This record gives sequence, C-alpha cells and structure tokens, in this order.
Amino acid sequence: MSRRYIPKVVTANRLREGDVVYLTADNHWTAHHHEAELIEDEAHAQLRLLHAAGQKLVVVGAYLADAKAGPNGPEPVHFREAFRTRGPSNYAHGKQVDLTNV
Amino acid sequence: MYDYTDFDEAFVRTRVAQFTDQVERRLDGSLTEDEFRPLRLMNGLYLQLHAYMLRVAIPYGTINPRQMRQLAYIADTWDKGYGHFTTRQNIQFNWPKLPDVPAILSALADVGMHAIQTSGNCVRNVTADHFAGAAADEIEDPRPYAELLRQWSTDHPEFQFLPRKFKIAITGSPNDRAVTAAHDIGLRMTRNAAQEAGFEVFVGGGLGRTPMIGHLVRQFLPIADLLPYVESVLSVYNTLGRRDNKYKARIKITVHETGRDEIARMIEDRFAEVRPLFGGADQALLADIRAAFAQPNLQSRSVADYDAAYQANPVFRAWADTNLSAHRQGDHAIVTISIKAHGQTPGDATSEQMRVIADLSETYGYSELRISHEQNVILPHVAKADLPAVHAALAKVGLATANVGLLSDMIACPGMDYCALATARSIPVAQEIALHFEALKLEHDIGALKIKISGCINACGHHHVGHIGILGLDRAGVENYQITLGGDATETAAIGEKTGPGFAYDEIVPAIERILRAYLGLRLHAEETFLDAYRRVGMDPFKRALYGDEGHQDAA
Repeated sequence: MSRRYIPKVVTANRLREGDVVYLTADNHWTAHHHEAELIEDEAHAQLRLLHAAGQKLVVVGAYLADAKAGPNGPEPVHFREAFRTRGPSNYAHGKQVDLTNV
Repeated sequence: MYDYTDFDEAFVRTRVAQFTDQVERRLDGSLTEDEFRPLRLMNGLYLQLHAYMLRVAIPYGTINPRQMRQLAYIADTWDKGYGHFTTRQNIQFNWPKLPDVPAILSALADVGMHAIQTSGNCVRNVTADHFAGAAADEIEDPRPYAELLRQWSTDHPEFQFLPRKFKIAITGSPNDRAVTAAHDIGLRMTRNAAQEAGFEVFVGGGLGRTPMIGHLVRQFLPIADLLPYVESVLSVYNTLGRRDNKYKARIKITVHETGRDEIARMIEDRFAEVRPLFGGADQALLADIRAAFAQPNLQSRSVADYDAAYQANPVFRAWADTNLSAHRQGDHAIVTISIKAHGQTPGDATSEQMRVIADLSETYGYSELRISHEQNVILPHVAKADLPAVHAALAKVGLATANVGLLSDMIACPGMDYCALATARSIPVAQEIALHFEALKLEHDIGALKIKISGCINACGHHHVGHIGILGLDRAGVENYQITLGGDATETAAIGEKTGPGFAYDEIVPAIERILRAYLGLRLHAEETFLDAYRRVGMDPFKRALYGDEGHQDAA
C-alpha cells in the first residue's frame, strides 16, 4: 500500500519585501497560512508549485510545505513553518504585528 | 585606522553601481532568481526566513564612530532600528527590502563600508583579536596584516571560485582571542630566536559539521613572506579541494584527507614558486598600511578618580571587575561593552545604543572601536580616569551590564528566529539561560564561563569551542538541544565532547543548571573555573548530573 500523501501548501517569499506568503486556491498570494490552498494530491501539488515558480516578479523561493487541515483552514505541521507564520520570537517584528495592524 | 584610498573608494562605488543595476534587472524580470542569487550573495544579501538579510563587513572588527553612526542611520532608515553583531565581526540587518538595498550599499560606501565577500566561496572578512592595538600582551598590532590580506583577497581573480568559503583569523597576542585554531588559516604572531616578529601558521581548522582544530604548518613565517605563503595555501586548496561534495569541500577536509605533512610539503613547494613573484610591492603597501594604524597619542592621566570610584561605587566596581581588560599603558583600560543584557538578544544593538557608543568613542576613546567575535563592542583605549563617566553613560542606554566573560556573555547565532539554514532556535535559549541564572543570582559565583549556542550544525555560534556548547537540532519535527562540554576557543583550543542524548526546548535550561550545580559542588575552590574542573574530573560527574545514574549508563 502506498503511503498517504501529506497535504501541502505552496509557500514563498515576496520578491520585493521578502515577506512569507502562501498560494491560495484562486491564485493569489496571502500572508495568512490559513487562507492557503491545502493540496492533498501530489500531482496537483507539482502543478501548483510550477504555477508559483512561474511568478518570478512576485515571489522567490517557492516550495511545498507540509500542512494539515484545521478549523480555520490549513495549519503548519513543522515548527519551522509555524515560525514563518509569525516572525521571530525575540521581538514583536514581522507578521505577528504586521498582520494585526492591517 | 585605515581609511579608504581613492582606489578602494572607486572599487566599492563601482560595485554599488553594478549591483544597483542587477537589482533593477531582477525587479524588471531581466534576471531570474537563479541568475540573481549568486550576484546578491556576492554583495552580502541573503534571503532568510521572514525577510532579506544584509551582512555588512567590519574588516577585522575595526570601525570608527562615523561608520557606527551610519549603521545606526541605516537601521533607522531601512531596517527596524537595530543591527546584529555576529561571530564573524560583521553586522547583519534582518529586515531590508530588496529595492532599498542599493541605497543601503550606497550609504555604506559613503563611510567606506561594504558587504563584498561576506558570502560566497571566496576569502571572507578577515577577523582579528578585538583587543588589537591595545592589549598589554600583544607582540604587534595584527590589523595591518589583516588589512594587507583584505586588499590582496578582495576580488582576487584566482580565488573567487574556491571549492568553498575561506576564513582567515589573525592574532597579535600569544593569548588567542580570535579563535585562530578554528579557521581555514589561523595566524598567530610570535617571535623567533632573533626576536623578530612573524607568524605561526595553522591550516585546516574549522567548526561546522566536521569540527577540527587547525594544524601547525609553519612554525615561523617571516612577515615579508605572509602574502606569498597565504597565496600558496589557497593555491594548493584551490587545486585539491573537493568540489564534488559541499560537505567535504572546506580545507579542513582537504588537510584531513591529504595529511598534515603532505599538505605542508605541497604548500612549501608552491611557496617556492610563488615567492619570487612577489617583488616587494606588497611590503611597500604594508608600510603605508602600518602608518594608517599608528597608535593614538595616549595621554597620561591620574588614576585617582578611577580608584575612588572603584572604592565608593559597588555597581561600577562590579562592571570594572568584569568588563575591563589590561591595556598596554597602565593608566588606560580596554572596555568591553556588553551587548548581552540579561534577557536581550546577544549581539543586538539599537540605533540609539550605536550612537551612544560612537559618542563615547569620540569623547573618551580616541575615536576607536572594535567589534568582537563574541558579539560585544570594544572601546580599546580609555583613560581609567574617564571610566566612571563612560560607565554612567553606558548605563543610561542599557549597555552597562557587568557580565563579560560570565555565563550570560553568551554567543548565540540568529538560529531559527531568522536563519533559513537553522534547525532550531538559539536566541530564546540564550535569553532564558541568562534570565534563569540572573534570578538564581549564581552567575558571579559560577565565574568564568563560555556558553556558545548554535541553531544548526554549521556552528556559527561556535558551540564546539564553548566550555558548554549547545547545538539546536530538529529531531523528528521537534527542537532538540545537544550539549557539549570542555570546548575551548583560545590558544589551548579544544573541541567539546557530547554529553549524550539531547534535551527538548523546555528541558535545556534545567539541564544547564544541573551541569553548573554539579560544577559548584565538585570544584576545589572558587578559582577553579568550570573548564579547569571539567579537565580535572572529566565527563562522568556531569553525565550523572544530566541523566542520573541509570540514564548515565544508557547515555554512555
């Protein structure tokens, strides 16, 4: 039996600002992990990654990150990705404040 | 200090113009990221977890007040009001935006600074003893040699595509404060039987995945042979170094695989070819550079005010006891400004703190400053009479922490709070250790101790040479911290030994406490440092303290 595919989100950094972003199902880039498209099929994931990699003037370094379904949308699985949703732990810098000020 | 010549100025300005164009072409789509990445890295620009990061070189840790103020200006204008001093004597800005980077580089060029060769497989920023030019134990100021190496290695056509990055460290003192044994080339000044100054040359040291202490390949290298010899080392490495596997590409692996004797022989053979090609221009240049590093004209001052303050003010006395080092002129001192206030991020200075440091340097410090690899800032020449005023001014901006050389004077790399390579966080571990022992009031009782924390195997936090080293790893999706004991970054360099299984994030501070309580219980007297005690008793008592008797056997 083949192993179950771990769902993914497409994530990257914005080219100009460097901010962490996620690809939504309707082809936007969002700062919110829970708004990302949760991809449960490997072939579809590769297509979405190709789509992201093609947006050379918008994002940089796109990759697939493990994720899981949560009550408000996709949640990160690994602590590294959890940190990327917030920003550093030593200062109130990055998304943890930027997103609340939007 | 050395000021840029017209040549240096033109070189840096040309590079800024070139990179400005490259950024424009990246932003308009003319360059892909694959094309742009090596170009931005050549100019110190990384993409990290949350943002870009710009790494600015502070050659051999020497910086003047005007430059420090410009770093503060950059922090305020294009970043978040602070900068991070690193173990490579660089400063990193954690939040620049790509379109702003050309303006930042231009602002750096205005004060003779740049980010060139702070990344990539080239000769990186040459690091030096942070007490250079001031230390009582110094044979010679090593910075003229570091500057000579900087000029020689900058854009050196033969060494722009080395198998891997290449780091040179230099000390002018027998007491090694520059961790020379853990560099690709370590240079230690020494004297021969005729009392001439020269260098002991170590090759193949390094930390990271495969930590190694450098091998002595030349007992005495005359000063006039410095450049041809270093060029020969690089030439041999450039030929032999492995380009097939980046984990085996550093010169430490080359030396390990080839053998110290064979490498030394190959270097000498190459040196015999290279030496005649150096016709003396380098020595003429060195003479000019030396003049630029002429010592400031130190005034003789009474130490009566200092002695009075030392007697009267216990806060000043505590600071003087930890943060001052012996200056070669008895009525002066070297001040280490701790950028390690308990609970703060090691190495982070705000723009306000940078400006105060610049002001103090001008008012009391002959306009000299150094950045240490231990992530502190040094005022190398301060008359003892001025120390009470310096201390008072530092206290106003949170820079008078009396902890240099103590537990909370930790090295910590940025770790997974910033770094894209990190496997775990470093900074909050450092913060919590400092706060925990501050609350216990044990720091001064424990005494001299070097804790060094890295957030991944690459060891930017020098954990292998910490008396206590902490390495953050990802173990099955959870942060886990491995401890090493007995590391030493000085002239008696040693790689620390692993204690056993690692500890979870919420277990690491209690684990460090168990080690240090064991030390307090077993030391012979208060003057026996942790490192001395470890060397006397070995690992076992600490393993028992960490894992218990049963776990100790499992761990062993």
